[in-house]
Amino acid sequence: MEREFDPRDYAVAMVGITKQFPGVLANDNVTLLVRKGEIHAVVGENGAGKTTLMNQLYGLLRPDSGKIYVFGRELNLKGPRDAINAGIGMVHQHFMLVDNLTVAENIVLGSETRRGVIFDLRQARMRVKELSESYGLMVDVDAKIEDIPVGMQQRVEILKTLYRGAEILILDEPTAVLTPQETEELFEILRKLREAGKTIIFITHKLNEVMAVTDRVTVMRQGKVTGNLITKETNPREIARLMVGREVLLRVEKQPNEPDDVVVEVEDLWVKDNRNLDAVKGVSFYVRAGEIVGIAGVAGNGQTELVEALTGLRKAHKGKYMLLGQDVTNLSARELRLRGLAHIPEDRHKYGLVLDFPNYYNAILGRHDQEPFCRSSFLDHDVILKYTKELFETFDVRPRIPEMPSANLSGGNQQKLVVAREMSSRPKFIVISQPTRGLDIGAIEYIHKTILRLRDENVAVLLVSMELDEVMSLSDRIYVMYEGRFTGEVRPEEVTLEEMGLMMAGHTWEEVRGTVATR
Amino acid sequence: MIKSQQRIYAVLVPLLSVIIALLIAAVVIVLVGNDPLKAYWEMLKGAFGGAQEIANTVVKTTPLILTGLAVGFGFRAGVFNIGAEGQMAMGALFSTMVAMNLGSMPSVFAIPITLLVGMGVGAGWAAIAGALKAFTGAHEVISTIMLNWIAYYLGNYMVAAPLAVGSGTPKSPEIAPSAKLPPLLTVHATELTSGIIIAVIAAVVMYVILEKTSVGYEVKAVGFNPYAAEYGGISIAKNVVLSMAISGALAGLAGAVEAMGVHHRYLGALTAGKGFDGISVSLIGQNNPIGIIFAAFLIGSLRTGSNAMQFLGVSKHVVMIVQGIVIFLVAAERIVRTIMIYLRFRRREAGMES
Repeated sequence: MEREFDPRDYAVAMVGITKQFPGVLANDNVTLLVRKGEIHAVVGENGAGKTTLMNQLYGLLRPDSGKIYVFGRELNLKGPRDAINAGIGMVHQHFMLVDNLTVAENIVLGSETRRGVIFDLRQARMRVKELSESYGLMVDVDAKIEDIPVGMQQRVEILKTLYRGAEILILDEPTAVLTPQETEELFEILRKLREAGKTIIFITHKLNEVMAVTDRVTVMRQGKVTGNLITKETNPREIARLMVGREVLLRVEKQPNEPDDVVVEVEDLWVKDNRNLDAVKGVSFYVRAGEIVGIAGVAGNGQTELVEALTGLRKAHKGKYMLLGQDVTNLSARELRLRGLAHIPEDRHKYGLVLDFPNYYNAILGRHDQEPFCRSSFLDHDVILKYTKELFETFDVRPRIPEMPSANLSGGNQQKLVVAREMSSRPKFIVISQPTRGLDIGAIEYIHKTILRLRDENVAVLLVSMELDEVMSLSDRIYVMYEGRFTGEVRPEEVTLEEMGLMMAGHTWEEVRGTVATR
Repeated sequence: MIKSQQRIYAVLVPLLSVIIALLIAAVVIVLVGNDPLKAYWEMLKGAFGGAQEIANTVVKTTPLILTGLAVGFGFRAGVFNIGAEGQMAMGALFSTMVAMNLGSMPSVFAIPITLLVGMGVGAGWAAIAGALKAFTGAHEVISTIMLNWIAYYLGNYMVAAPLAVGSGTPKSPEIAPSAKLPPLLTVHATELTSGIIIAVIAAVVMYVILEKTSVGYEVKAVGFNPYAAEYGGISIAKNVVLSMAISGALAGLAGAVEAMGVHHRYLGALTAGKGFDGISVSLIGQNNPIGIIFAAFLIGSLRTGSNAMQFLGVSKHVVMIVQGIVIFLVAAERIVRTIMIYLRFRRREAGMES
């Protein structure tokens, strides 16, 4: 049945690609074969080499060895310009758009049609309109980028590649910034593009998306290809195993909880952002001991400011914040910590760790002036080192070198260190923000188990996450946040993903139940 | 293992820098028509040739250790104290003014009081810049430079009018004998003051504060990452002011020691750029208290030796060239290290998924 390899059978054939970075073999004899007109997923954990592989296809990096064929023709890509000319387009995770230009202007930017020296916008607009209609990519060509939602900005990026004649589209983690509805719309667009004969390479680590929209899957782990699968013939479990190299628990096993007394009560809290605009507009909620309360929402709807106000990093200008029956509104981070607050911040590099500090210094941040670590202003290095060793043992932080600067830990281990430190302070109330951002499946599984353990130890847990799956599977109750307000308070078992998506887009729970019921 | 390697590296880099700098300066000496070997021999003799020369070198080294510690402490805490010059002048001026009036007090009290006045005034002067940074965001580089000029002219005014005595160089009256630092050794006219002991103690104290106490933990945390420090319950404002004050106290101490041990009075030329030299010293000493002692000793001996070299017709500016090249190479080592870290970071970014 083995037939001789013929690059003409594929839209993209990357054969035997090896790329060595000093210290890391990022791609080790990787072969990626993508047929014309299919949606092909490339999945793998952080550091598996997906982006490196794509950067070589897009001409940003040059392979040390191996060959790249596009539509059967061997290419020697010297830069993105060559890749674009060969019909490859890339939609980056972070959009490359000019905020104060219109959609049409953004799309034609860099490849303007000219009439003499004068930029012919009218003709450009027409072509953009044609393109958007033929693929169902609905955009308002005259709107400014800053005025349109993220989902539409992404469509603009896709249109940009099509405008430049792309036949092969690379999408790098395209759903990270989208609501569930927007994700579904994106998948619809991808299917239309496939019908029109375009080839799509879809980079992701979300297995449900792989199952939903792709035809084939290439799985990568530690720079190597560990699996070539046909989507219909596989399942998320198998893909996860190939990604991680062992069996993984995909969904957390959660026992029903019995929440205790109210620990935290927030009433009509208002918080301003850095531009002095209201970011949190009068939210009220409570968290009980032994309960995980989730806050769901698309990034940038006031979650960051809310967390900062609750943890003493930002002042609230109105409202009340009660912790264990005491008014703690606008107390400093230090005073809140002394009253039993712990905080796993969303940005572990900016807030969670002093990266230049050795691990054993970071292990006591926030308790560095308290016994037993510090006696009358003098640090007890022996105690701190012993404590850090135990912490690393208990929470499996690797490598177990307390003296090493925390900057040298991997992302997952940095997060474990933060989690270990905050959990060991025996908190009454813990605010957990984006705990698994940028982590691999293995580390995510661990962090999720730890959060449930906190609940079972009768801690009041507030979980803020942009990952809807995470909030849905861990929380006992969920508040949905949109533009600084809560649009609903729900229990995860009584709500569908679709309903969550509607609330994340600004519809209230009452509206949602109303519309869903009448449908 | 890694740590010991780093330690060797920390010693090796400045040492190699000095050798390379001397070689380059040798070329300059040849170009101006002199024999570099002879010139360097004279320099060596000038710095270490006898008891008097060694005493001179130590006297020059002492204030450099203290201003080096002042700037170095600031660097470790994330503040760039360019104002050691002004803080030193203020420390010297006020400790002189107090010490002039301590005639009836025995040395056991007069000396510590005078030292504390110098430290306190230096700390206060620097804390102004610290508070401006903490509460208004004014950058300490700008405000300390401004404060330098205020201190300079205030000192000049004081010795020109209210405190002026004698003729010639404007100067203050002598301080009380009981407030003078006792010399360890007197060779001809040169007194080797006990100031060097104070400087070494200050270095040890700085090391203990930085490495062994929660104060050191907090100022370093604020210096490295103010966001994480605040998250950990550390007050940024308090620590910025505190870091500047500690830095200023060390510079003020330099002024007091110089007034009490060398000049026995205040005069306009007392600081003579020693505060600014502290920046070079802390750079060469890589902000490490022990490194700063050796760096100050290096600069001190080069300065002392250069006087002897001048007799051969080699300008003392050659020594400034050596000093400049040493700093450049030590700084370049940092540049090289920064580039290496940057490249490693880029590789990681390119090699891994975003």
